[in-house]
Amino acid sequence: MAHIEKDSVSGQMTTGHEWDGIKELNTPLPKWWVWVFWATVIWSIGYWVVMPTWPTISDYSRGMLNYSSRANLGDDLKAQQASRAKFTAMLAATPLEEVSKNKDLLNFALTGGKIAFGENCSACHAAGGVGVAGAYPTLADDEWIWGGTLADIQQTISHGVRNEDPDSRQSEMPVFGTGDPLDKAQLDQLADYVVSLAAKAPAAGSPGEAIFVERCSACHAEDGSGTAALGAPALNNNLWLWKANAKQSNKDVVLAQVTAPKHGSMPTWAGRLDAATIKMLAIYVHSLGGGK
Amino acid sequence: MTAATAAFGAKGDASPYLDDVVKKFVLASIFWGVIGFIAGDYIAWQLAFPALNLDLEWTTFGRLRPIHTNAVIFAFGGNALIGTSFYVVQRTCRADLFGGRGLSNFVFWGFQALIVMAATSYLLGGSQGREYAELEWWLDLILTVIWVAYLIVFAGTLMKRKEPHIYVANWFYMSFILTIAMLHLGNNLALPVALFGGESWWKSYSLFGGVQDAMTQWWYGHNAVGFFLTAGFLAMMYYFVPKRAERPVYSYRLSIVHFWALIFLYIWAGPHHLHYTALPDWAQTLGMTFSIMLWMPSWGGMINGLMTLSGAWDKLRTDPVMRFLVTSVAFYGMSTFEGPMMSIKAVNSLSHYTDWTVGHVHSGALGWVAFVTFGSLYYLVPKLWGRKEVYSLKLVGTHFWVATIGVVLYITAMWISGIMQGLMWRAYDSMGFLQYSFIETVEAMHPYYVIRAVGGLLFILGSLVMVYNLYRTIKGDIREEVAMGSAQTARG
Repeated sequence: MAHIEKDSVSGQMTTGHEWDGIKELNTPLPKWWVWVFWATVIWSIGYWVVMPTWPTISDYSRGMLNYSSRANLGDDLKAQQASRAKFTAMLAATPLEEVSKNKDLLNFALTGGKIAFGENCSACHAAGGVGVAGAYPTLADDEWIWGGTLADIQQTISHGVRNEDPDSRQSEMPVFGTGDPLDKAQLDQLADYVVSLAAKAPAAGSPGEAIFVERCSACHAEDGSGTAALGAPALNNNLWLWKANAKQSNKDVVLAQVTAPKHGSMPTWAGRLDAATIKMLAIYVHSLGGGK
Repeated sequence: MTAATAAFGAKGDASPYLDDVVKKFVLASIFWGVIGFIAGDYIAWQLAFPALNLDLEWTTFGRLRPIHTNAVIFAFGGNALIGTSFYVVQRTCRADLFGGRGLSNFVFWGFQALIVMAATSYLLGGSQGREYAELEWWLDLILTVIWVAYLIVFAGTLMKRKEPHIYVANWFYMSFILTIAMLHLGNNLALPVALFGGESWWKSYSLFGGVQDAMTQWWYGHNAVGFFLTAGFLAMMYYFVPKRAERPVYSYRLSIVHFWALIFLYIWAGPHHLHYTALPDWAQTLGMTFSIMLWMPSWGGMINGLMTLSGAWDKLRTDPVMRFLVTSVAFYGMSTFEGPMMSIKAVNSLSHYTDWTVGHVHSGALGWVAFVTFGSLYYLVPKLWGRKEVYSLKLVGTHFWVATIGVVLYITAMWISGIMQGLMWRAYDSMGFLQYSFIETVEAMHPYYVIRAVGGLLFILGSLVMVYNLYRTIKGDIREEVAMGSAQTARG
């Protein structure tokens, strides 16, 4: 069956094999193909000589360049730190409140704070710190649950809120309406009063006011302005942390929080970010719109 | 039918070969292909518009992505490979399938049952978490049984061949079957947690840990690309291109040299998936250099595919089936240049973890694997069902252009998005801070995600045109149309 013939188109001989009508030409390997192949082989051999390549029982050949990707990474990180060293040192030496007096240093802190915020904080507090309705507070206004001075913000970032860190912000909103303290009618009156507070038209003399003064004002203050040290938010404004959407009525939000309170928490960052980064973050967050 | 095959089949007009099972594989490949394409495009839209995950665990990206990858690689590609290998091995050996109807049908039904079980498992969250090897241990065992049966059918047919030599397509099919078996067994060495007091018999963990585990996985992952998506489909190319072009294979010598070079070099290239990780530098060096040496052996297949057309280049103008086959070889050449390039550490430091990788995979998967399959199916379906030609060559042309535009949109969007992503990740400002946070890079990718999803949609539309065309072909219809190439002149 081996019938070698000449292919009229290419002038090449066939190999004489045939399978289901398919024949093969005996064309030699293309020269350029062979040369490029050997070029890649020679290049590879050269690469093996200069780079770490061959494993041995307990080690490997280092290569003439003594290359190490781990060492390179260390060098890169050091170089990066060195490029920031001047301002980082200045930042460490400057008290938080005085950073804004040095324009270059402030610029440095805001730039570093912005990127650190983007990488670490925006997953919850969203880009630019606008927050997520019903879940994470906005940082871009002048309402602060745990205080809005630079020092307050630095403390909150460093240790977080309601976590295992002993220095984290701790407080608990008590539950009302389960069993005693307040019955349903009283809860209703109380919620009506809190809604009137939020609308900046407190229903003076209402039964709800009396309950509020008795039960709530110790933390939220008599005028509803809140107490930052206790993480008791101001109630005398129209900002609602736990209102997920506009369909929920203010009164329902109040009732839900009084009878089954939600407690936000935030991780501690002191172990994860260095002091300089936390300082920059505090300055950046403070600048977002409502630092005190 | 050639004189040789006529001599083998002493049964008159009836084909001496077992083609019923090949028909089933062809239909299954088309069916799973469309499902796999739709799953892929759906998750592409999810990346652009995350709300499309419907907030249900079963429809999240994490569950649907392995369904997409497994459906297109193993269900679409796998059925095409097994089906065509059964078709090709019989004809190039002049022997019917070893094991007869029983064993080959066991392979078919076993493989389909496995696909359904795998998809169900992924949907319900059962996964080993190993890319392209998500099957849990009990599914791995079922696959092993089916694969051994497949090997027996294929190797048995080769052994009882009536041709003195083994055709090159069969070398490639054989290397695909054997190497996939080895990779599958090596990468899936795992222990069910229940053996160690765990609760579930469904769940297992790898025998390896840490960087050894990563290396085992990418030894598998890279060679799944090498031996499933490259060697297997080169086998298809080596049969269907010369058949359709009606030309001899360009170079027998090249086919031998590039075959052995390819299978020897491919197996070492896996570490390039783990550049700049905990993998030791020496392993990274070897992975990179073997990838670069792989460039020409890969191109050997492209040269043989394209040059087989010398003397038949005019068919590109008149035969859209040929156009699919040739374009697939061109995409193959492009991807197998891009791959070695991306394995270079300096390039990889930019491209790794970005959409560039996704674009690279899809120029291979859509442009090479799917196109060579489409071309082969358009050749195969009329032959299997005894029709003269497909229902409409014009519609093949439509499929070709719609799909090609889809692929080009896909890969260019991913090139731009990937390179942009890589550059944004490494950008530092003058003060030494990162210039962009991660979320900003995600935002920047959005338009390219939309373009990619549109490209995928075009690819699906093209495949639906094929489904219609092949359905009418099987029904026995032939569309009245002016032959391509002559059409322009005829209509002035």
